[in-house]
Amino acid sequence: MVETSFDIELIRAQFPTLQQKVGKYPLVYFDNGATSQKPKVVIDRLDQYYKLENANIHRGVHYLSQISTDNYEKARKSIQAFINAKHDHEVIFTSGTTDGINLVAQCFGTLLEKGDEILITELEHHSNIVPWQMIAAEKGLLVKYIPLLENGELDWDQLDELLTEKTKLLAFAHVSNSLGTINPAKEIIKKAHSNGTKVLLDAAQSLQHFKVDVQDLDCDFLAFSGHKVFGPTGIGALYGKEDLLNEMPPYKGGGDMIKTVSMEKTEYNELPFKFEAGTPHIAGAIGLGTAVDWLSGFNYNEIQQYEDELLSYATEQIKTIDGVTIYGEAKNKSSILSFLIEGLHPYDIGTLLNQQGIAVRTGHHCTQPVMDHFGIPGTIRASFCFYNTKEEIDLFINALKKAVDMLK
Amino acid sequence: MSIAEKENALIDDFSIYDDWMEKYEYIIELGKDLPQIEEQLKTDDHLIKGCQSKVWMNAELKDGKVVFTADADAVIAKGIIALLIQVLSNEKPQDIVDAKLDFIKEIGLQEHLSPTRSNGLVSMVKQMKMDALALNMTA
Repeated sequence: MVETSFDIELIRAQFPTLQQKVGKYPLVYFDNGATSQKPKVVIDRLDQYYKLENANIHRGVHYLSQISTDNYEKARKSIQAFINAKHDHEVIFTSGTTDGINLVAQCFGTLLEKGDEILITELEHHSNIVPWQMIAAEKGLLVKYIPLLENGELDWDQLDELLTEKTKLLAFAHVSNSLGTINPAKEIIKKAHSNGTKVLLDAAQSLQHFKVDVQDLDCDFLAFSGHKVFGPTGIGALYGKEDLLNEMPPYKGGGDMIKTVSMEKTEYNELPFKFEAGTPHIAGAIGLGTAVDWLSGFNYNEIQQYEDELLSYATEQIKTIDGVTIYGEAKNKSSILSFLIEGLHPYDIGTLLNQQGIAVRTGHHCTQPVMDHFGIPGTIRASFCFYNTKEEIDLFINALKKAVDMLK
Repeated sequence: MSIAEKENALIDDFSIYDDWMEKYEYIIELGKDLPQIEEQLKTDDHLIKGCQSKVWMNAELKDGKVVFTADADAVIAKGIIALLIQVLSNEKPQDIVDAKLDFIKEIGLQEHLSPTRSNGLVSMVKQMKMDALALNMTA
């Protein structure tokens, strides 16, 4: 046996939300794909910020402003270390993945010309589709898609054909939020680069499960949300390579993003402030810094191994129920289990699971093209985190069986 | 029976169950007796917006009273619309518009189906009242 620091009871004890009951049932939280619960260390950090440190950052000469500025910038360094960015000014605080992608779509988009192409995939979350459709409509760009295969993997064999000299950007999900598919990011990025195409990686569903190193992957942009990696809601980060970020004009104007403003013109501030107009989510950024520091204290190999075990166990158990179809059976898969039960509506199942304390998500998961591909309106999605247990999976399976009995 | 009397009868019916799973079993049963909307009326025009499942509803005026029919592709949604129809169908349009529907809170359904986009209880009530209002004006 390998010595492990992975003690599930100690981990669970750090999450106050997980200690609750729903009616008479213990809460089983399997909606981690939507958001993760917060460890006490993050909650306490937010509390401390508002109790002792609250002040607006930058430009302030007073004590509190200096403390909050230092802590805000320290959080940026924590994120830099977390994703292994070369410079801390390559980390821009955003409100989340969606905000980060919109920033790139709008700002990188201004560098594009009519007829240029953006390549995305059929697997994407709406937030990695709609911003591209919007800038495409505005600038006369073409949005193309890597098609989805039946097992939930993408047909990357078509990449060579879909990458043309006009393809300026490839944007894709590191991990699919509705099917769990893990895309071979490093390999794909290399191919795109050999075509002169820049790459944005949507890491909303990956950083909480395995180590992501932006220099190793060599992605040009990476967007993620704080609330899915144990941090507060309303905060996230966008990583971008320095030269690209310098080349891109900002799209939000306001305080903090300027060097000088006169009645005639404005000179923009340097990175990263150029892209952070207005008072940012200071508490959120500091909380996120704490969250990624906390997460970095774990051994990612152990997290991944444990979550793989949870997924295999849940997959095995759910297959014992009649009429179950699993959507997303990629060889390389994250701990997301999307399924349907023949003849039963996901909403009914979700409602009856909730009555038994089990939190899952039902619906299209903001990936309507994926659902269209399979010809279904939605799925039931159980998404696991390393604070979940096999015992919880047993509770889920029993509750699911009871729901099926009631509905059939 | 007036709307209020029908509400009270339902409160009594639900009071015998103390477990929410039992209450849902009862709701599912109610769905089986739902006055069915005619197949040809199950169009997008008759869909109630705001439900995660598909719920079709039709309202007609018969002898000065509104008659609702419906169907749904999810069993629980079907039960809930059946519950509302049981209370509001065959009533005068103005009475439907004015109905307070306190029974929803009394039986605890509100807590279990909060007014988010994922459930249609609020949308269903709103649509029924809007249909009644429209029919009131044509009456």
